[in-house]
Amino acid sequence: MKFSTRSQNLPLYATMLVLLALFSVASLRYEGFFSTRVVANLFSDNASLGIAAVGMTFVILAGGIDLSVGAVLAFTTIFTATLVQNHNVSPFVALPLALAIGTSFGTGMGFLIQRYELPPFLVTLGGMFFARGVAFVISQESVGITNATYDKVLEFGVPLGAEASLSATALAFIVFLIAGAVLAHFTRFGRNVFALGGNENSARLMGLPVGATKISVYAISGFCSALAGVVSTFYKGSGNPADGVGFELDVIASVVIGGTLLTGGVGTMAGTLTGVLIFGTIQTVLNFDGRLNSSWLRIAMGGLLLLFILLQRFLSRHTAAVR
Amino acid sequence: MSEPLLNVRNVTKAFGGVKALDGVGLTLRPGEIHALMGENGAGKSTLIKVLTGVYTPDDGAMQFDGRVIAPRSTREAEAIGISTVYQEVNLVPTLSIADNILLGRQPTRFGFLRKKAIKQRAEVALARLGLKLDVSLPLNACSMAEQQLVAIARALDIQAKLLILDEPTSSLDEREVEFLFGVLRRLRDQGMALLFVTHFLDQVYAITDRITVLRNGAFVGDFAAADLPRLKLIGAMLGRNFEELESADSDPSPAITEKRATFLEAQELGKRGVMDNVSLSIAPGEVVGLSGLLGSGRTETAKMLFGVLPPDRGSLSIAGQRTSIRSPRQAIRLGLAFCSEDRKSEGIIPHLSVRENMILAMQASRGPLRLLARSEQDQIAAHYIRALNIKTASAETPIMNLSGGNQQKVMLARWLAMQPKLIILDEPTRGIDVGAKAEIEKLVHSLRAQGMAVIFISSDIEEVVRTCERVVVLRDRRKIAELSGAEVQPNRIMNVIAHHDE
Repeated sequence: MKFSTRSQNLPLYATMLVLLALFSVASLRYEGFFSTRVVANLFSDNASLGIAAVGMTFVILAGGIDLSVGAVLAFTTIFTATLVQNHNVSPFVALPLALAIGTSFGTGMGFLIQRYELPPFLVTLGGMFFARGVAFVISQESVGITNATYDKVLEFGVPLGAEASLSATALAFIVFLIAGAVLAHFTRFGRNVFALGGNENSARLMGLPVGATKISVYAISGFCSALAGVVSTFYKGSGNPADGVGFELDVIASVVIGGTLLTGGVGTMAGTLTGVLIFGTIQTVLNFDGRLNSSWLRIAMGGLLLLFILLQRFLSRHTAAVR
Repeated sequence: MSEPLLNVRNVTKAFGGVKALDGVGLTLRPGEIHALMGENGAGKSTLIKVLTGVYTPDDGAMQFDGRVIAPRSTREAEAIGISTVYQEVNLVPTLSIADNILLGRQPTRFGFLRKKAIKQRAEVALARLGLKLDVSLPLNACSMAEQQLVAIARALDIQAKLLILDEPTSSLDEREVEFLFGVLRRLRDQGMALLFVTHFLDQVYAITDRITVLRNGAFVGDFAAADLPRLKLIGAMLGRNFEELESADSDPSPAITEKRATFLEAQELGKRGVMDNVSLSIAPGEVVGLSGLLGSGRTETAKMLFGVLPPDRGSLSIAGQRTSIRSPRQAIRLGLAFCSEDRKSEGIIPHLSVRENMILAMQASRGPLRLLARSEQDQIAAHYIRALNIKTASAETPIMNLSGGNQQKVMLARWLAMQPKLIILDEPTRGIDVGAKAEIEKLVHSLRAQGMAVIFISSDIEEVVRTCERVVVLRDRRKIAELSGAEVQPNRIMNVIAHHDE
């Protein structure tokens, strides 16, 4: 059964194929779609989504879920915006502080999940309400940011040819994606995450540090959510406590479309990148095509999501049958 | 004789008052394959878990390699040199073979995995077993036997001095078992000590040097395999002194008074991969025992009759009518009841009350729309709490707060409330105290007196003999004999089990 042996990678190939097809068709149909500018913008526009997806990939690989992502993002945007704008705190202080809070928040949820064996769905649902609530306590309304440091960062760009450049946020996405990929695929910690999601009981009996690994993935997700929030303040130039409602679901969808098994243990960072880019490409197509409204993004994502979980189910049945 | 590698003395471990291990000892030497034998509940798995640090013993001492040890986790046990391969292979099926062998111990450089070195070390570990596999394949592409060997390779990589194998052969075919045994002998010759847990007698004699027998959490003896004939081993496991057995005057078993109409008759029932062949018949007011060692097919027979594992050959008739039972629902409609041996996962619903647990089957048979009146429920609960002497604070107490014996009685009540014509009791006395055992036996007698047919399954041969007037003996998933009347004696049953094909 040589075919089945590599079938784990099949969802990844399938998503890559979908991305390629989507991009090719769009390039043929819309003038100016096939350009470095569109590609650069894919990374800039989806930096928040992508960074959060890196964190979520760890959580899902470990067999968990994190619903607090959107709320933590919103909290971070309003927290940094308020500090920088209303209290004149330097971004060099405000941003690390925001990241530290996000990380601690994730660690706290991870601790509850690990120590008291609580279901991650409920713990992070609680975390979601909590973070969202605190965001609104900080400010009921959007706070715009005008700050010299912010302007400098926004001016920054790595030129790509004559007409396009890679923004700071896009760079942040790429850097953290690579860091995530290295951590997931090239370290003991990464292997432990896969083992934990593949079979927690076995992982424990194999003497792996199950508890520390479990808490760490939520800490990573908390950090990534906060970073996604920071990136969002640069991208939008403001903080808003109502930002990112339903954002966690876009993140989960991107990760799962990227071939990561929702039950854990199988997946790749490359897949997550592909999932995020599919999301972004559909959005770009909608922008190019004036006739379609943004509801079609949801419809396309919904369709793809169902398609991919069906594919995964088929493959896991298949491997189970082989066994 | 060489110095012992492992010396366990007087280890005791209790769970909520029940002693799972009571002063157990175990001695292993390097270069020895040692079998740990005992029926269900003998304490084998508890002892293994103590050795591997999953449980901490309440009392006793363990010495390993000349040092006193008290492992508190699998990790610690592995660090000492004790590694375990479990029955359901405890690896991660979605990861590669190499990952599984080296998980947690991968060679790294500057914190990064050295993939080439990992691959190489995994291949070396497999080569020690005489195995060559593509180690980058995910584990779930391997057969069960290969997975088993990968688990052993993992144990070898940690330089284990003692390898514990818990039922390693239960899902392997003959050829695979042969290969595994070759591997085990090779490891033994390299000076490793192996502790081998199995319920296959043939395999014990094929490969082990010494045998330690446990029974009901107590140490029975440590024998050289060559000096312990099969019959003595079975006697030790089942709790009868063999000499004593031969001279024991046999209780006249209850005589079969008259020929009654058969209620259930099964002929050559079998199911591929589950049960080869079993025939049995039972009349109202009769208690038929199913006897045999663990894995002989007792529970499987019960599950075939009850439609949990519908048979794919043979014929079945109930009350003179040819029928086939495809589901438990149908079995219940035909007047059958099945009290499972695994009451934790197949019986009780822990958070529901005693009353709710009792009326479950009855309610299910009436359908969701015809609710059982509360007064009726209370009446049933009160009746059976009294009739079966169930010790509970009230009918509304969650069943998880009851002792094992009382939970078992609630299970019985659930089925008795259905007023079945035939009840199958699978290990009804497992894990309950002596007093409760006696009560359950008494209950079986009174059910018989009421004209109910009872199929009684138990590992305790004496209990079977006390309770049953006829005994169907199973071995290796087939019926090998049926004893009745004066033949129903412990030594007869054991003889049949031990010597059938010799």
